[in-house]
Amino acid sequence: MGESMEQLAALRRSIARIERRTPAEAATWAATGHEAIDRQLGGGLARGRLHEIFAAGPGDASSAAGFAAMLAVRLGGALVWLRTEEAEAEGGGLHAPGLGEIGIDPGRLLLGVLPDPLTLLRAAAEVVRCPEVGVAVIELWRSPRPLDLTASRRLAVAAEASGVTALLLRVAADPVPSAAQTRWAVRSIASNPLEAGAPGHPALDVELLRQRGGPAGRRWQVEWNRDRASFHESGPDEAALPGAVVSAAAGRSAGAGRRRAG
Amino acid sequence: MRIVALDRRALALGLMPGMMLADARAQVPDLAAVDHDPLADDRLLERVADFADRYTPLVAIDSPDGITLDITGAAHLFGGEAGLAADIERRLEALGLTLRHALADTPQAAQALARFQSVPSADEAMAIRRLPIAALRLEEAAEVALRRAGLKTIGDLAARPAGPIAARFGAEATAALDRLLGRADSRLTPRRPPPALYCERRFADPIARTEDALQVIAALAGEAATALEERQGGGRRFAARLYRSDGALRDLAVETSLPVRDPAAIERLFRERIDGLADPIDPGFGFDMIRLAVPRIERLAPTQLQLEGGAISDDAMAALIDRLSTRLGRGRLRRFAPRDTHLPEQGVLALPAVEAMPATWDGPEPGEPPLRPLHLFDPPQPIDVIAEVPDGPPHRFRWRRDNHEVIRCEGPERIAPEWWRRHDRGGLTRDYYRVEDSAGRRFWIFRNGLYGKEQARPGWYVHGLFA
Repeated sequence: MGESMEQLAALRRSIARIERRTPAEAATWAATGHEAIDRQLGGGLARGRLHEIFAAGPGDASSAAGFAAMLAVRLGGALVWLRTEEAEAEGGGLHAPGLGEIGIDPGRLLLGVLPDPLTLLRAAAEVVRCPEVGVAVIELWRSPRPLDLTASRRLAVAAEASGVTALLLRVAADPVPSAAQTRWAVRSIASNPLEAGAPGHPALDVELLRQRGGPAGRRWQVEWNRDRASFHESGPDEAALPGAVVSAAAGRSAGAGRRRAG
Repeated sequence: MRIVALDRRALALGLMPGMMLADARAQVPDLAAVDHDPLADDRLLERVADFADRYTPLVAIDSPDGITLDITGAAHLFGGEAGLAADIERRLEALGLTLRHALADTPQAAQALARFQSVPSADEAMAIRRLPIAALRLEEAAEVALRRAGLKTIGDLAARPAGPIAARFGAEATAALDRLLGRADSRLTPRRPPPALYCERRFADPIARTEDALQVIAALAGEAATALEERQGGGRRFAARLYRSDGALRDLAVETSLPVRDPAAIERLFRERIDGLADPIDPGFGFDMIRLAVPRIERLAPTQLQLEGGAISDDAMAALIDRLSTRLGRGRLRRFAPRDTHLPEQGVLALPAVEAMPATWDGPEPGEPPLRPLHLFDPPQPIDVIAEVPDGPPHRFRWRRDNHEVIRCEGPERIAPEWWRRHDRGGLTRDYYRVEDSAGRRFWIFRNGLYGKEQARPGWYVHGLFA
């Protein structure tokens, strides 16, 4: 057993060497606030890496974008959001008050709207190279030809060098091999209703499809709490009991719902 | 069809450029002829010029068949002018080209000597005087006129006073003569502007490993850093040129967002650049020279600040905006500014980030779920809605060819038209609902107009999507 562990460690080291990554430059983590997810990720979302977020279905674009925005809140720093004109037209423009509702200060957001995927990827490479950027969200619809393994590797290497966390948001696309640290699929699920059957806080089903050098294939149902800027469990049993959501914040929201319901 | 060019053996047979092909065939029945392709000639000349770049960055193309090099300060690397000429001759002959060369004090003199010198001469001035009038490269008519006047060589022309020559054959004749004799200032116009700074290294034996090439680039970056530090400058673009021993070139360039001179950073960028290449570097038989050039030097204070993540200052943000706007295009990078209006689609301005000041936004009310959508459609998208009562909440709706069953709903939130802004007091009252469908998707939809008061059959629209 001890021997096989040693072999495993040796293998890990040689893989790390192939990937030109020494343990010394290991990433720092931004905890998501959701215990099980943080445990699975070994502490949280790795900073200075490339992460892929897929909208699970054609109607999940806003949920996936919301998940990216929520992660950006957890990661902190200046936020640059790049999208194509096509995405603006088809999926609707990013709405500043709506970003505020998720917890992002619209004043610290820079929005880049580019004409096509190729220029978008070029711009993304520039943005990811700027160490002043905290999070770069790169939104790409469908599977444009310029986004290949090389392009994602380029982004990943640049992110590692600069410390910028790059979130590659993919809508209406299927996962293909990439250099991303983690890959997520996001779909919207029914929220925990507030008083009088009002839709509640954003509830998402997030599935960890892949994690570089770690276990994957788990999915969680999470709810985003803006006031605490953190994710927490959104289980079906809790959904069955409206208003019984763990925190005091939920109690407040139920109260707010009552106030607003009339 | 006329003959444009001939090889040495054909010239030895007595054929001349300019002859009719049929006449030439009559003299030499088995003459091999190919069509003249001026573009291919230009391409070859470009390649030779690229090749010559290894001797000096000051290379000019002298169409249709010449290359002029400014070898000031470069010849000693090859053991003097003769050594340099021999090296060029050896390499170009290996490529199958025949070469005539000449060294002179001015570009024009060198070009004229290379083309027209028939007997070697020890003295440059003497050699130039012996050249035919054609060496002036005047227009056909002027050249013929000079010859008709009995002026056959440059020496003949130079012996005459300049005034009458200019009066009779045009000012261009004396100007060309002055340039040729070095009396007028004449300079080489290089193909590419020479870089502000360059360092290079030559190898006795070609190196073939990419890793070795990178080491050399790193060492050159170190040399460049010393030179840049002396000038208190840095570069934002570094171009490495790898010279293959068979004359082929490979260019690699890296760019930085701020001026840098740190050799480690430059090496890392080159490493990334090579890693990111779609096609790997083909060393062939190896590289025998590598040059690192800094096209422009920009000011760089002696120390560089390292900015770590976390909250960033306004200055850093401004610098970031400037740079990204420059790179992406001015209007492409935007920043949100709030507008004082009730209409959601007009409530936000997306201004070019370079000119917008950071705006302050009201935070959302604690405890509330998101009341405004993440994505907003402008214009709103029409939908078909079934509601239990005409002025009640939606029950089911159809959008983009999909049916959505409304499970949860909150509203209405009434947004009145801005009658004070419109002269015709137009616009309709909107009743907004936050709804969630059976799949858990959250929409922001509204009924346009009050039922029975403003509209007989009010239309419904999807205005936004929640996370």
